Amino acid sequence: MIGVALLVFREVLEAALIISIVTAATRGVPRREWFVFGGVALGIAGAFLVALSADFIASLAGGGGQDLFNAGVLLIAVLMIGWHVTWMSSHSREMAQQMKAVGGSVQQGQRSLTVLLSVVALAVLREGSEVVLFLYGMAVGGVGTASLVGGILLGVGSGGVLGFILYRGLLRVPLKYFFSVTNIMLMVLAAGLASTAAGYLVQSDLLPAWGTPLWDTSRLLSDESFIGKSLGVLAGYKARPEGIQVLVYLGILGTMLIGARITRRHA
Amino acid sequence: MTSNFIHASRSLLWATALSAALSSAIFNAANAADIPEFDLVIKDHFYQPSELSVPAETKFRLRVTNEDPTPEEFESTDLNRESIMLAKRTILVYVGPLHAGTYNFYGDFHRGTAQGRLIVK
Repeated sequence: MIGVALLVFREVLEAALIISIVTAATRGVPRREWFVFGGVALGIAGAFLVALSADFIASLAGGGGQDLFNAGVLLIAVLMIGWHVTWMSSHSREMAQQMKAVGGSVQQGQRSLTVLLSVVALAVLREGSEVVLFLYGMAVGGVGTASLVGGILLGVGSGGVLGFILYRGLLRVPLKYFFSVTNIMLMVLAAGLASTAAGYLVQSDLLPAWGTPLWDTSRLLSDESFIGKSLGVLAGYKARPEGIQVLVYLGILGTMLIGARITRRHA
Repeated sequence: MTSNFIHASRSLLWATALSAALSSAIFNAANAADIPEFDLVIKDHFYQPSELSVPAETKFRLRVTNEDPTPEEFESTDLNRESIMLAKRTILVYVGPLHAGTYNFYGDFHRGTAQGRLIVK
């Protein structure tokens, strides 16, 4: 049961941290909790679909289909977050003001709800498909129903609680700085997701590594440790990044910062 | 005049992008044959061999086969790699060039048993 719980926990934690950031970033938009639940439900359905078609996905692109698929899912999430971040920067001040009154205009709300739904769904789909394949293997391998159910509940519960703690913590940030904080967190999150995508393309030889690794901080903060793992999800921390991952990280972060500045000037 | 210039520079840009893509494809194809390959097998949730020697400062590829009837994930935080293998399937994972040293890898779905390491020298 502990083995099941640990793997489920690791995957759920990744999705839960991402969900808590995007949920916090859409603070004040009406009906957003329905979009979070909708995103989770869509993501779970997608996870089963991906797990069922894993053989087909893997066979695509001359056997590199799985890596391409993972990179694709991550890059769509990066694009969605990028769209949100550049648009949000031009509106964050007025949104913070409006929130006190009515809670944002309808159009603004709709746009961020689209982003919220897609990013939540993509995060759940990615982590969920791995959980589905793992649990299927456990069930076939003869792990009892009690252990499976217990492990799932323990893993989902503890991962979910940690995500909720981060969300509650974010809500304590004063309103004046709130959207600046969530914006920066979204940019860093997106940069991390993009560098993970680059990693998938390196392992299937579609991108050059340019240094494996560029540096090694695993003695200082290992990817396996809880803090290292959480920082990995939230900010793209990797103890031994490939050169290209660092380059992509900085490139995406820089593009988003510049994009946000340009839209703010034109707003 | 200006539109001609824009048109010309756009064509030039396309041509450059296309030739870059082509030459990188040819380069990769030529390179793929030269890359040394090493086999790993997962059986009964153990890696065989559990210790694999590979050359330092050389890019190589691992051909990992899952002979078990259940899915497994080849994963290594040391190598920064993760890839799911369905039952009875083989994956290719490109690694390196690495400095000399020892790098652990494991099967994420059976961490208790599926442990191995690369000896790079």
